[in-house]
Amino acid sequence: MMAELLWHPFVDYGFMRRALAGCLALSAGAAPLGTILLLRRMSLVGDAMSHAILPGAALGYLLFGLSLPAMTIGGLAAGMVVAMLSGVVTRYTALREDASFAGFYLISLALGVLLVSLRGSNVDLLHVLFGSVLALDDPTLYLTATIASLSMLGLALMYRPLLMECLDPGFLRLQGRMGSISHALFMLLLVLNLVGGFHSLGTLMAVALVVLPAASARFWLRGVGLQMALSTGIAMAGSVLGLLLSYHAGIAASAAITLSLGGLYLLSLCLGRLGSVRAQRHRPGNDSVSEPMGVSE
Amino acid sequence: MSNFYLNRRALLGLALTSALPASAVWAAGQPLPVVASFSILQDLTRQVGGDLVTVSALVGADGDAHVFEPTPQQARQLQQAKVLVANGLDFEGWLPRLKKAAGFQGQEIIASQGIAVRALPKGQGHDHGHDHGADKAGHDHAHDHGHGHHHGPNDPHAWQDVKNAIVYVRNIAKGLATADPANAARYSQQATQYIARLTALDASLRQRFAAVPAARRTVVSTHDAFGYFAQAYGLRFVPVRGLSTESEPSARDMGALVKQVREERIGAIFLENISDPRLLEQLSRETGAAIGGRLYSDALSPAGGPAATYIDMVETNAATLLKALQAG
Repeated sequence: MMAELLWHPFVDYGFMRRALAGCLALSAGAAPLGTILLLRRMSLVGDAMSHAILPGAALGYLLFGLSLPAMTIGGLAAGMVVAMLSGVVTRYTALREDASFAGFYLISLALGVLLVSLRGSNVDLLHVLFGSVLALDDPTLYLTATIASLSMLGLALMYRPLLMECLDPGFLRLQGRMGSISHALFMLLLVLNLVGGFHSLGTLMAVALVVLPAASARFWLRGVGLQMALSTGIAMAGSVLGLLLSYHAGIAASAAITLSLGGLYLLSLCLGRLGSVRAQRHRPGNDSVSEPMGVSE
Repeated sequence: MSNFYLNRRALLGLALTSALPASAVWAAGQPLPVVASFSILQDLTRQVGGDLVTVSALVGADGDAHVFEPTPQQARQLQQAKVLVANGLDFEGWLPRLKKAAGFQGQEIIASQGIAVRALPKGQGHDHGHDHGADKAGHDHAHDHGHGHHHGPNDPHAWQDVKNAIVYVRNIAKGLATADPANAARYSQQATQYIARLTALDASLRQRFAAVPAARRTVVSTHDAFGYFAQAYGLRFVPVRGLSTESEPSARDMGALVKQVREERIGAIFLENISDPRLLEQLSRETGAAIGGRLYSDALSPAGGPAATYIDMVETNAATLLKALQAG
C-alpha cells in the first residue's frame, strides 16, 4: 500500500520519470560541488552565480524563444563573465571575493530584467525565472546528464588542487598557476550546473541542489569525499521526496523539491552527529562547527 | 507638517509621472485620449471611437493582464486620459492601485457591465494556493483576508462570447458619449455598424460549431479563459493549469490531466499565446494528443499578426479549433 504510493506516480506517468531522471542527474553533478563551495565559504556565491546567469539566458530567450541551446549558451557565457570579472577584481583590488561577486551579480541580474522588459512581455520573465521540471524533454535531459558527467569527471580530476586551495590557499598560490586554473575550472563547473538546473528548477531555485544537501551532509560526516557522497545521496532523496510531495499533495514541483531539501537540512541541523544542535547539547564547549571540516579527507 | 501625507502623495505622483506638465488639457476638436486596460478592449474602443479617439492599452498585444507591472509612462498616460476602459469582474486586480497612483480623474467605463456573469467551476485542478496576481495588485483590493481563494467567484474572460462583446461595445459607446457629448451621435452610429459585424460573426460561429459532432467537442487548453466561448458555442474546454498563468502546476495536476486526456480520448491540445508551452509539449508527448495550434485568449497579436483585432482574433481561434476538432 505504502510502496504503491511511492512507485505508482513514476510507473504511471512519463513526465514523473523524466522529472526523476533530470533531478537525479542534477543531484549527481551539483551536490558534490556544494561540498567544495561550502568548504571555501562561498555558499552565497552559488546564489549570486545563479542570478548572474539571467541576462545571458534572457538574451537567448528573447532572440530564439524557449530554445535550449540559446538559453544554455547565453547563461553559461553570462555566468562565466561574472565569475571572471569577480575573480579579477578580487585578485587585483582591495575588494574581497564576496563583495566583488555581489557587485557583479547585481549588475547582471538587473541587466537580465532590463533585457526581458525591453523586448518581451511580462510573462517572458516568468519563463526565464521558473523552470519546468515537469516538462523535461529529451534534449534537456541529455543536456542535464552531460553536465552531470562533465561535472563529476572534472571534480575527480581537480580534487587534489581544489582541496589544497580550500584548506591552504597560500600554499597553492606559491605553487604557481595551478590555483587560479583550478579555481576557474571550479567556477565553470558551478555555472554549468546552475545552467543545467535552471532549465528544470529555474534560476531562483537551481542553487538549492548545490547548497542545501552539502550543508546537510556536513552535520553527519567528516571527510570531504564522504560528505560529497552523502550530499549526493541527500540531494537525490530530497528530489524524490519533493516529486512525490508535488504529486500527492498537489504543490508546485520545484518548490516542493527545494522545500524537501530544506527539510532534510533542518533535520540534519537538529539531529546530525557533528556540530548539530543535538551534538552541541551533548558536548557543551564543542566548537566543531567553526573548525573547518574534512581535514581528515 | 500637517501636509506631510499630502506631500508624500504628491511626490509619489511626481515620481510616477516624471517631469511632464500635470494634466495636458484636452481641447475640443482633438481626439479624446482614452486608455484601455488591455489590447482587446483597446480594439473594441477603437472600433467605436474611430478617429475621434486615441486609445492606448496598458497591457499591450501578447501581454498577460493577470501579471502586470505598470511603468511610470503608463501611469502618466492614465493621468492624462479622459476615459479609462476596463473589463471589470476583478480581471485587472492591479488597476485600482494604478488609478490612485496616477491620479486618474476621468471617466471609467466598466465594459462588462450588464453581461450574464459566468461563475467559475469549482475545484477544477486549481482549488489551492492560487492567487491570480492579486498580490501584485496590492492592498486596495478586497483581498486582504488571505484565504486560498483570492479570485472572485466570477470568470472575467467574458469577451470570448461574441454576444458579450456586443454588450461591451454598447457600454463603451455609452461611456464615450458621456465623456464627449458633442460626438455622441457618431459614437452611437459607429457602434451600431460594428455591432452588425459582431452579430454576423456570432451567427457564423454558432453554425460552424454546431456542425461538429458532439463527441468531438472536447479540447484541452493552457488557460481556462474560454469558459464563455465554450458555453456560447457548445464546446468543452479542459484547462491545463487553472485560471492563473503565474502558478507552476503541481505533479498532481499534471498527472490528473494526463489521465483525463487518456481516458476521455481528447484529440487536441491547444497552446495559447501566453502560457508555458513546455508543459503542453510534455503532455502531448505523453498522451499522443495533437497540439492543435495557438489560441488567443487575453491578448491580441501584434499588428500584422493573425489576431490583430477582436474580430480577427475570434475568427482565428474558431478556425484553429474547427480544424483540430474536425481532424481529431
